[in-house]
Amino acid sequence: MSALLDIRALDLRLAGQSARLLRQFSLAIEPGRIVGLVGESGAGKSMVGRVVLGIAPANARITGGSVMFDGRHITHLTAKERRHLLGREIAFIPQNPMTALNPVERIEPQITDVLRMHLGLERSAARERAATLLRDVHLRDAERVLRQYPHELSGGMRQRVLIAIAFACRPKLIIADEPTTALDVTVQKQILRLIREMQSQSGTAILFISHDFGVVAKLCDSIAVMHGGRILETAAAARIFSRPSHDYTRALLAATPRFDRPGETLRPVPAALAQRLADEARELDANMLAQP
Amino acid sequence: MSSAYFLKRLLWALPTLFGVAVIVFVLVRVVPGDPIAMMLPPGATAEDVGRLRALYGLDAPIAKQFFAWMGDVLRGNFGTSISLREGVASLVLSRLPATLELVLVAVGIACVMACIGAIGAVMFRGRWPELAVDGFTGLALAIPDFLWGLLFVLVLGVLLPVLPISGRIDPTLDFNPATGFYLAEAALRLRGGVLLDLVKHILLPAFALALPLAAALTRVLKGSLIEAMNQDYVTLARAKGYSTAAVLWRVALRNALIPTVTLTGVQFSFLIGGTVLIEYLFSYPGIGNLAIAAVNQRDLPLIQGLILMFAVLFILANLVVDLAYSMLNPKVRQS
Amino acid sequence: MKAALRNPRVIFGLVVLLMLVVAALAAPWLAPHDPLEQDLLNSFQRPGIAGGDHAYPLGTDSLGRDILARLIYGARPALIVAFVAALLAGLLGTALGLAAGYFGGKTDAAISRLVDVWMSFPSVLLCIVLAAVLGAGLHTVVIAIVIIDWTRFCRVVRAETLVQKSHDYVASAVTIGLRPMRILMSEILPNVAPLLLTLFTLEMGIAIVVEAILSFVGLSVASGVPTWGGIIQEGRLYVNQAWWLMGLPVACIIVAVLGLNALGDGLREALDPVKSR
Repeated sequence: MSALLDIRALDLRLAGQSARLLRQFSLAIEPGRIVGLVGESGAGKSMVGRVVLGIAPANARITGGSVMFDGRHITHLTAKERRHLLGREIAFIPQNPMTALNPVERIEPQITDVLRMHLGLERSAARERAATLLRDVHLRDAERVLRQYPHELSGGMRQRVLIAIAFACRPKLIIADEPTTALDVTVQKQILRLIREMQSQSGTAILFISHDFGVVAKLCDSIAVMHGGRILETAAAARIFSRPSHDYTRALLAATPRFDRPGETLRPVPAALAQRLADEARELDANMLAQP
Repeated sequence: MSSAYFLKRLLWALPTLFGVAVIVFVLVRVVPGDPIAMMLPPGATAEDVGRLRALYGLDAPIAKQFFAWMGDVLRGNFGTSISLREGVASLVLSRLPATLELVLVAVGIACVMACIGAIGAVMFRGRWPELAVDGFTGLALAIPDFLWGLLFVLVLGVLLPVLPISGRIDPTLDFNPATGFYLAEAALRLRGGVLLDLVKHILLPAFALALPLAAALTRVLKGSLIEAMNQDYVTLARAKGYSTAAVLWRVALRNALIPTVTLTGVQFSFLIGGTVLIEYLFSYPGIGNLAIAAVNQRDLPLIQGLILMFAVLFILANLVVDLAYSMLNPKVRQS
Repeated sequence: MKAALRNPRVIFGLVVLLMLVVAALAAPWLAPHDPLEQDLLNSFQRPGIAGGDHAYPLGTDSLGRDILARLIYGARPALIVAFVAALLAGLLGTALGLAAGYFGGKTDAAISRLVDVWMSFPSVLLCIVLAAVLGAGLHTVVIAIVIIDWTRFCRVVRAETLVQKSHDYVASAVTIGLRPMRILMSEILPNVAPLLLTLFTLEMGIAIVVEAILSFVGLSVASGVPTWGGIIQEGRLYVNQAWWLMGLPVACIIVAVLGLNALGDGLREALDPVKSR
């Protein structure tokens, strides 16, 4: 089966700076699969999502590698081509539901805009569809929610709205950037269950970005571990937990609180390992510069 | 937005109005200089002065004068203009529509200029449109409306005579409006030629008034837009497939307007104060022009009436700003 | 201060200010004619530099008076008003602002309220009414500006005093038992000074415009004294015959205002302790 999203040896840096944000980054997602991208903050996880969406900062430059989506290169699309892709084929679930909805607009237009823009629905049809979507994400009283403003909804409700927006056009791929981090633990579980449920109904592939092994463990088919802008290890979810191959993965796993083993103390990444990773990154950069 | 809130705001404005009335009243009477002596031609006898004083009630103690005046005002009697021998209320009200039209056109121009300027600058950040907009706002803020008016008279009225620099309407036109709102009436009655003439007359004074407000609005709006563009909801809008222009106009603008309205409310009332000079400069027949005439004639009742009218306009302007703010911000609207 | 002198805006502003001062002080030597001397045979002369009579470099007005001479003499009332009015408004506003900011409580409430009510006035109209009541004259213009514009200083100084008061050095001055007056004068005022300098410069620009406005509506000095606003008012009457009559004083005022604005903004930039670090 060919990959839906195929990132190969991607290099990304900020204009005018030598340090790389992504180094020889490779990752593939097959249709309908959920892939977890795990790493510490600053590892470049969110940047991967932004590059795929094409909303990386203006001064970010792709200096090597490729991003293929559905058999097409998508790193150098025109603005118009990208607009046709975003929202319809690739959707996005942002991290912080408290700030991701437009505070001065009611919920309805924030869902119907994608339906009308990408599916060409009429106002009333879009409204119907929006209400259905809200019921799909288990929001009670969908009609009422459509008329409300974001500040009238709780964080969990807003994240449900954002999930409804992401699934609205039945995209092939959803980039979920830490969608549960800003929520408290009980709501987190509900949201994860909801994403799983929506995904299995629609068959959408998901790139699930998280710093939390505990979260991706429940959700993902396979997991990629990244550090310093590169992938250290990719494997099926079960395998990562049972037989991690990279020292860093082991260190991260050890640092993750496990629900099944309460009371275990957290261990940080050992200094020697951190040093080794930094050296490797520097070596990669040097090799890149040495290339013609 | 509840009407109770508005009622409260209106009631809250009453003390301000009263304060303005007191200060104006005292100012006109207490500061050195005798309005009566100035009203009479040179060589008037002390007897004449005394008679005139008694006629206008100026010989009574000041507190008594004040209450007499307040009592009249509350009954809707603003006195009679000394120089024009006409009721102050009817004089002021007959000139008010002209000023209101001028102010509304100026505010409209300022808002359109600010939206286009700020959005243009944000869309082309770091390139020439941004530099042009920044240069313009700096210049327009440094030069007050009075000087803009003079420049317009010179450049667009005389050197390149494209627009009229005096009056409100060509007096030879056959137009008999039923109200003072010439622009609105010409538009409603589909009098194209008259409307064009009115627009030509109002353009220069309106632009002179609008420029400083436009500059202040542009500066604040641009800053707010840049801030809004970094918000998560803008990232989401882009991920939904909005173009940059659509993000700016449909998402960022409404959010950026909220701080803009808060910070430029004061500027709005400056514009109303500015009508006094601009109307005089362009011989535009509104209450500002009337005010200068009243001052030059030492027409006390008319001056008092006009200042109260301006205070009312100021208070209304503040209410409009409040209203705009609450319309833009759903959190305020619903609380 | 050295940083300020390297700022191009400050340099531009200082040049303009210097020109104004020189014109005002040396008017009798600089002016080619007596500004009041009438010559009805030579009225409405085109500027000499634009092909007119070379005896009148900037032309003559309706009474044949030399415009260059009138413009140079006009710098006098403009500068006097600008300086005195800005100084007095600054003193009054600063005193009240310091008091409001430092003592807080009821003093602050009373002064702040007063500022609010004051600022809800149509200032131009108030200014004109004041000038009318006080009668024409330079002192009138100065009083009118002071009465209206002290609030600008008061608001800013109050806010800045509040900021300064929260700093440690003021707290320590209080603990060692310095009197409020000493603290205000020796601790707070010097720290507010750069801001005051900026405000003062900006206020001078405003005062020049207000003086021109009052002259324009005929409420400034007696008609004999040449003022920029007065020349503008006359020029407005003949603008279709001799546009330069109005254009030249307008240009003078715009240059003066832009210069003082640039000076004020430049000083604010250069003296801002956060930015200059």
